[in-house]
Amino acid sequence: MIRLRPRDALFPERLAAIFDPPPALYVRGCGDPELLAHRSVAVVGARSCSPYGSQVARMLGRELAAAGLVVVSGLARGIDGEAHRGALDAGGVTVAVLGCGIDRDYPASHAQLSRRIEEKGLVVSEYEPGVEPAPWRFPARNRIIAGLCEAVVVVEARERSGALITADFALDEGREVFAVPGEITSSLSFGVNALLKLGATPLTSSQDVLEALGIERPASAPATEVSADAKQVLELVSDAPAGADELTARSSLDVGAISVALTELEIAGLVAAAEGVYRAAKGR
Amino acid sequence: MNLAPAGLRKEGSGFDLPIALSILGASRQLPLDSLGIHAAIGELALDGRIRPVRGVLAAAEGARRAGFERLLCAEESASEAALAGVEPIPARHLAEVVAYLRGDIEPPRFEPSTNGSVGEPDVLDLADVRGQERARRALEVAAAGGHNLLFAGPPGTGKSMLARRLPGILPALSAEESLEVTRIYSAAGLLSPERPLVRQRPFRMPHQSASMAAIVGGGPGPRPGEATLAHHGVLFLDELPEFQRPALEALRQPLEEGVIAIARAEGRALFPARFQLVAAMNMCPCGGRGNPGAECVCSAQRLAAFREKLSRALVDRFDLVVAVPRPRAVELSGRAGESSAVVRARVTNAGHRIRAGPLARTEAASALLDRAVERLPLSGRGRVRVARVARTIAALADSTSVEEEHIAEALAYRSPRELAS
Repeated sequence: MIRLRPRDALFPERLAAIFDPPPALYVRGCGDPELLAHRSVAVVGARSCSPYGSQVARMLGRELAAAGLVVVSGLARGIDGEAHRGALDAGGVTVAVLGCGIDRDYPASHAQLSRRIEEKGLVVSEYEPGVEPAPWRFPARNRIIAGLCEAVVVVEARERSGALITADFALDEGREVFAVPGEITSSLSFGVNALLKLGATPLTSSQDVLEALGIERPASAPATEVSADAKQVLELVSDAPAGADELTARSSLDVGAISVALTELEIAGLVAAAEGVYRAAKGR
Repeated sequence: MNLAPAGLRKEGSGFDLPIALSILGASRQLPLDSLGIHAAIGELALDGRIRPVRGVLAAAEGARRAGFERLLCAEESASEAALAGVEPIPARHLAEVVAYLRGDIEPPRFEPSTNGSVGEPDVLDLADVRGQERARRALEVAAAGGHNLLFAGPPGTGKSMLARRLPGILPALSAEESLEVTRIYSAAGLLSPERPLVRQRPFRMPHQSASMAAIVGGGPGPRPGEATLAHHGVLFLDELPEFQRPALEALRQPLEEGVIAIARAEGRALFPARFQLVAAMNMCPCGGRGNPGAECVCSAQRLAAFREKLSRALVDRFDLVVAVPRPRAVELSGRAGESSAVVRARVTNAGHRIRAGPLARTEAASALLDRAVERLPLSGRGRVRVARVARTIAALADSTSVEEEHIAEALAYRSPRELAS
């Protein structure tokens, strides 16, 4: 564990520039503390997110990390956790900002995720070791997430979500804010759609972030070859998320062949399943 | 009276009649030679009427093994005793038995009922289920391979409707199995005189509030529980997460060994319990997940606790996990499904193939399994389960080896990440 003070050379410049920088930053993990100064993006959102939200968060984590950005989030359940996992999937670097001491595993169910983050990345907090998580510490933690990053992406957020606080801090500090548009009828979208109304940039692909930050898209891997059956199923799933039965009814395949095709697409990373519903795993 | 062997625990009112007859014999009120060639079981009312007791089948089998050909018993027990191959002598009253043993009257005649030929209970047919193609398919695979199956989906998606139809697509009970199940039901006092031989595979559906003793057996005696009553049949646990933890934990032993051992100070009771487990659950505590018409209102903590409880104890006991999202109209209006008879024929055939010998896995299939472990959230134990299910799918397809497509289909029934993690 190391402790960084604002006057230390390693203290990230972007964070030092905010209105009320933390008096100290405690850092744990095998990653180089210098990566706090690296180009980075925050991906944040609701804790009880929808399957769609968790999938988008994971995809963004993966694609932004693959483009060489450090993915920063809050280690919370839901969107935050998925963003970290996505970055790890891509073999990228991710930073978790805690609202308690860095020796605490909060939430406890993310202890293992935290260990994986520390393998290459960092877990940071402004609180000294031993400080317990408390509700009022989380909004303060969000100012650090925003402060560390050049841009903040909000994936899903209810009307009074903590993720909106992160977005507010980012706006105050002149950082870019992206919001992933959601269904207008879902309460999980009210927060993000409100952000869009206020002028946040709608995010329809990770490319939007990369362009805004002036980063070259990494040479995309050659398109994976899939079978004809799988191609047919992928087209259906890309139209709208669907369950296996719906796909059976809409395609020329029987229920066994549908399962075979879906597994092929899942392994190829082109389709993701949650709660019995299959979605295309990649945007345009 | 001497109830030899003294070391063997005896209990129950079924000894009433034999004790009364022994006293009558010892006091020379009955001819001993005639009494000596009869076995007897039955409870006596204070006015001398003979009442039926539980466990007549097992007692009758014991009598036959001990060399008896005739069993004195209550009228209601006669058809059950006949199953054991002894000649039942049904009687209504102790006086009737005495008169018969003295040779004063003709032996009371046992009229075998038209066993099983009238009114077999209706078996629910799979043709009634519309849509739900994947769940139906999983049910078929479960039936063919004897796999335990978990349905996860919002309320009202037909999970229990499907589960109830599993006994109907399982191969018919063999004569030996049928007798085994009958013996259990006889011991539990659940046989009806009109239908003494159980020919249908049992389907048991205990309530969520069931205690551990109710599920695996226990109490004084001890008595068999639901798991034993589901022997050679199906045990269905609806709303799986609502069951008490100890009750679910206690199912571990029968799931692994097919028997339940209940230890008591007086000794150990072993109950057969080789059943197929089917369970159903919601995807979240409020039931909103998986339902396009509703929104989940569970808090993150509540959802996490729900999943935690599930994953630790349960999900790894099921070879097949199928998410059953609410069907849309497009599927409900779809064609009616195959009937149970058609599916049962395939299941029976696959069973023969599985018993004929292990199916080898092709190299391509093994490579796919390796790739899946790498790319999909799949534990080591999950890998074993997928391989097992793939073998059943291959047998259903009448294939001589386990191919890539069988592995791929089996992977679609693995426990989904949101339930397992």
